[in-house]
Amino acid sequence: MRPSVLLVDDEPNIVLSLEFLMKQAGYDVRIARDGDAALQAVAERAPDLILLDVMTPGRDGYEVCQTIRANPAWKDIKIVMLTAKSREVEREKGLALGADDYVTKPFSTRELVNRVRRLLADEHP
Amino acid sequence: MMQPWLIVTAAFGYLCLLFAVAYWADKRADAGRSVVASPYIYALSIAVYCTAWTFYGSVGRAATSGADFLPIYLGPTLAAVLWWHVLRKMLRISKNNRITSIADFVASRYGKSHLLGGLVTVVAVIVIMPYIALQLKGVSTSFNVLLRYPDIVMPSAVGRQPIFEDTALYVAVLMAVFAMLYGTRHIDVTERHEGMVAAIAFESTVKLIAFLCLGAFVTFVMFGGFDDIFARAAERPDVKHLFTSVGAGGLGGWVTLTLLSMAAILFLPRQFQVSVVENVDERHLEKAAWLFPLYLVAINVFVVPIAVAGLLTFPPGTVDGDMFVLALPISGQQGWLALIAFIGGLSAATGMVIVETIALSTMVCNDLVMPILLRVRALRLTERGDLTRLLLTIRRCSIVFVLFLGYLYFYFIGGSYALVSIGLLSFAAVAQLAPAIIGGMYWKGGNRIGALGGLTAGFLMWVYTLLLPSFVRSGWLPLSFLSDGPWGIALLRPEALFGLEGLDNLSHALFWSMVANVGLYVGLSLATGQTLTERIQATRFVEIFQQPDAGDRARLWRGSASFEDLFSLVARFIGKQRAEQSFAGYAADHGVDLAKLARADAELVHFTERLLAGAIGAASARVMVASVVKGENVSIDEVMKILDEASQVIEYSRQLEEKSRALEAASAELRAANLRLRELDRLKDDFLATVTHELRTPLTSIRSFSEILHDNPNLPTDQRQEFLAIVIKESERLTRLINQVLDLARIEAGRFDWQISAVDVRELVLEAMAATKQLFRERNVTIQADLPPELPPVHADRDRLMQVVINLLSNAVKFSPAGTGLVNVTIRERNYGLEVRVADNGPGISRENQQIIFEKFRQVGDLMTGKPSGSGLGLAISRRIVEHFGGRIWVESEPGHGATFAFIVPFAAPPSAAAP
Repeated sequence: MRPSVLLVDDEPNIVLSLEFLMKQAGYDVRIARDGDAALQAVAERAPDLILLDVMTPGRDGYEVCQTIRANPAWKDIKIVMLTAKSREVEREKGLALGADDYVTKPFSTRELVNRVRRLLADEHP
Repeated sequence: MMQPWLIVTAAFGYLCLLFAVAYWADKRADAGRSVVASPYIYALSIAVYCTAWTFYGSVGRAATSGADFLPIYLGPTLAAVLWWHVLRKMLRISKNNRITSIADFVASRYGKSHLLGGLVTVVAVIVIMPYIALQLKGVSTSFNVLLRYPDIVMPSAVGRQPIFEDTALYVAVLMAVFAMLYGTRHIDVTERHEGMVAAIAFESTVKLIAFLCLGAFVTFVMFGGFDDIFARAAERPDVKHLFTSVGAGGLGGWVTLTLLSMAAILFLPRQFQVSVVENVDERHLEKAAWLFPLYLVAINVFVVPIAVAGLLTFPPGTVDGDMFVLALPISGQQGWLALIAFIGGLSAATGMVIVETIALSTMVCNDLVMPILLRVRALRLTERGDLTRLLLTIRRCSIVFVLFLGYLYFYFIGGSYALVSIGLLSFAAVAQLAPAIIGGMYWKGGNRIGALGGLTAGFLMWVYTLLLPSFVRSGWLPLSFLSDGPWGIALLRPEALFGLEGLDNLSHALFWSMVANVGLYVGLSLATGQTLTERIQATRFVEIFQQPDAGDRARLWRGSASFEDLFSLVARFIGKQRAEQSFAGYAADHGVDLAKLARADAELVHFTERLLAGAIGAASARVMVASVVKGENVSIDEVMKILDEASQVIEYSRQLEEKSRALEAASAELRAANLRLRELDRLKDDFLATVTHELRTPLTSIRSFSEILHDNPNLPTDQRQEFLAIVIKESERLTRLINQVLDLARIEAGRFDWQISAVDVRELVLEAMAATKQLFRERNVTIQADLPPELPPVHADRDRLMQVVINLLSNAVKFSPAGTGLVNVTIRERNYGLEVRVADNGPGISRENQQIIFEKFRQVGDLMTGKPSGSGLGLAISRRIVEHFGGRIWVESEPGHGATFAFIVPFAAPPSAAAP
C-alpha cells in the first residue's frame, strides 16, 4: 500500500505545488485547509505523514501537532512542520511539541521530498 | 457660731487629700503610668492662673467697678489664640535647652548670663511676694469670716490676730511642706513634678466646682435666676450704673488690663512652670488652647450675679465686696455651702502658692544662690563631692524663705491694700519681662546689655509709678509725693510723669515702663555688640523651628574633657543613678560605648552642659562644665563662620532639593520616553517579522513551481501553463507587497511625493470599479453604485485616492460570499467634504476588531475563519492616505450583517456654492 501524506496549508498555490511533489513521489495525498479540517482528516484515517503549516487559520499548526501527539494511537504519524517564520525559537517550539522535522519556507523541493522519503522509509523499510 | 474645729478639720482634710493625690500621681509616674500626660490635666494645671484673687477678688472688683474684672480673663483667652506661635516656641526652646524657669529662659537667651538670671529672679521674688501674701490673706480672712458664722463680721473689725492663732501661718507651713515634698523630691534634669501637677489639676477642679455651686445657689435659690437678679439690679440706680458704664479706668484701662494679663499668662513664674516646664507633650497645647479659655468662661459665669446679689443683699459699706462669696451663703444660713466656698478659696490659694514657691525656689537656687556659691572660691564648691543634697537643701530653704517673706508681707503690710490692686501690681511688673522674652524669641539682634538695660529701666519705672504710689496710699509716704511730685517738682509726679495725665494709673505706669523698657532694649541692643555665646543662643532661640540644632553645630566647646570628669560632675549635681541613666540614654542614641570612652568629644561635653542646665540653670552649668573642659574656646570669627555656613548649608540644601525635584521630573520623562522607544522597537521587530513572513509566502510558491518546472521538462503543456501563471501571479503579489511596504515606510517617514489637486470623486470611483471588474466577475459578486452627478471636487492626490478606493473594493469582494455577494458604492455630500461608502454583505467585523484592522498587518481574516489573500497593509496605507488629505476613514459593521467602509475627503476649495 502506498504511504499516505496529509497536506495542511491555507495558501492554495503552496498546497498545489506540494500536492504535485508528493504525488510524483508516489504517495497517497489528502488536503486540509485549516487545523480543524486537519484533525478531522486524521481522525477519519491516520496518514503516515503530515506536512503541517504553522500559520493555519483557526487552530494553528502547533496546536494540531500537540493534539496528535497527545493521542497514543497516533504516535507513529510523522509530522513535518512548515513555516514562513524563521526564528530559532519557533523551530525549537515545533520540535519540542513532537514534530519530527521542521522546514522553513521557501524550501528546496528536492530537499523536502528527500526528507519526507527518509522519514517514511524509517517506518516502511 | 461654726465650730473652729470643724473648719480646721475640713481645711486640714482637704490639704491631706491634696497630699494623697500628689502621692498617688508620683507613684504612678514612678511606675511609668503617668496620669498627667493628658491635655485635660494640662489645661487644668494652667488654670492655676485663677487664684484666691479670682475666687474672692473678681466678685469684689465687679462689686466696686463693674465689668472691670473681665479683662483679667480676656487677656489669657486672647493669649491662648497666640499659644500656637508663642508658647509653642517657648516650649520647643525650653525643651531643647533644658530651661527650667523663666529666669533661666532669659539668662539662657542672652548668653547664659548670670547677671540677667539673677536680675529676673530678684524682680520675680519682689513682685511675687505680695501676690503670695495676697493668697495667705485670702485664706486667713475667709477663715475668720467663716468662724463668726452665722454672723457676718468683717475681718477689719476683728483686728490683728496673735501670730500663733493666725490660720495663715499654719496654711503657709503646710504649703511649704507640700512644696518641699513634691517640688524638691529629687534633683531632676527635666524638673518635672507629676505629683504637683496632678494636685494642681485637682485643685482647679475643686475651686471651679465650689464656685459654680455657690453661684448656682445665689442665682437660683436666693434669687429667681439671672433675670430676677438683673431685673432687681436695674431698680437700684447705683448698681445699674456700675454695669452700664465702662469701668473706672475707661476703655484705655480695659486695654491695659488685657495686655497685662496676656503677659501674665505667659510670663508669671508659676504659669511658665505649669505650661512650659511641666508640659509633657507639645501637642497638648492644641487642646489646651480652647479648654483653658473654656475654664475661664465657666469660672466667670457667676461673678456678676454674685456681685449684684451681694450689693442687693447687704447695705452699702457693711460687707466687703471681696467677701461676698462667703457672706452670701452665711446670710442664707447655709453653713455647708459657706464651708464649700471656703474650701474653694483655699484650694485656689494653695494651688497658686505651691506652684509659685516651687518655681521661685528653682529660680532662687539656680539663678541666684548657686552662681554666688560657685563664685565664692573659699567654698571650693567646684571640687566638692556630691552636691545633690546641697542643691535640694538650697531649694527647700528657698521655699521656706519665699513663703516666709510672703507671710511677713501679709502680716505687716497685707492689711493695707485691696486684694486686686496687689495682684495688678504684680502683673505690671511681670509684663516687664515681655520685651526681653518676646524680643529674644523673634529678634536675633536683641543682646544682653539691651535686655539688662530694658529690664532694669522698666522695673525702676514700675517702682516709681506704681509701687511708690501704693506706699503713699498705705500711708508710708507723704501724700504730697503724689500730688506735688518729689521735692515739689510737678513734672516728676509719679502718676502724671512728664505731664502725662488723663490715664488711669495702671495704664500710665505701663506706658512709661514700656517706653523705658522697649526703648532701652532696642536702643542698647542696636548700639552694642553681641558676644559669641549670645549670638549662638540668639540663633538657637529665634531659629528653633528652622534649624533646631544650629546651636549644637556651632557649639562652643572645642576642647575635650575626660568622660570620667564629666560623669562625676553630673553625678554630683543630680546623683549617680540619674547620671548613669542619662549617659546611658545618650550612648544608646548616639551608638557609642561609654565604657570605652576615655575622652569626651565636643558633642558629649555639650550634652553634659545641657544636662546640668536642667539641674542648676544654664549659666551655672556653663561655669561648671568650663571647669573640667580643657582646651580653648572657639573664637567669635570661627563661630560666625560656622553659623554662616549653617545658613549657607540650609540654602544650599534647599537648592539641592529643588534640583533633585527637577531631576526626578526629568528622569520620569526619560523613563516614559524610553518605554515608548522600547515599544517602538518591539513594533519594528514585529513589523520586520511580519513583512518577512508575508514575503516568504509568495516566494515559496514561486520557488516550488520554478523547481518543478525545471525538474520536469516533460510536463504536459496545459499543466506547464498553469504553473507558469501561478509563478507570474505570485511574482506580482510579491511586487505589490514590496511596493506597499515601501509606500508605507515613505508615508510614515514623511517622504512621500504627494500630487495634490482637485479631484472628481465620481469619475475616480467609476474608474476604480472598472479596474476591479475582473475580480467581481471571478467571484460572481454583484456591484451596485449610487453616484450623484455634479459633485464638487475634493482636495487629494488622485492616484493615491484611487489606491484607497480599489483597496476598499477588493476587500469588499474578498469578504462577500461568492455567488450571492452584493457590494454597494455610494457618494454623499457632507458639510466639509465628500463621503464615499463601500458596503458588502459579508460576515461583518466585531466591534473590538473595528479599530485594529486599520493597523499594519492586522487582517480580520486572522481573527475569523479563513485567511484572506492580501498583505494586511492595504487598510493601514488607506488610513494614512485619507488622513493626509485631512479626512478620516472608518468602518461600520454588525457581525453577520456585512460591513461598510467609509471615508470622507475635504472639498478642494471652500464650498461656498454647496453651502445652503
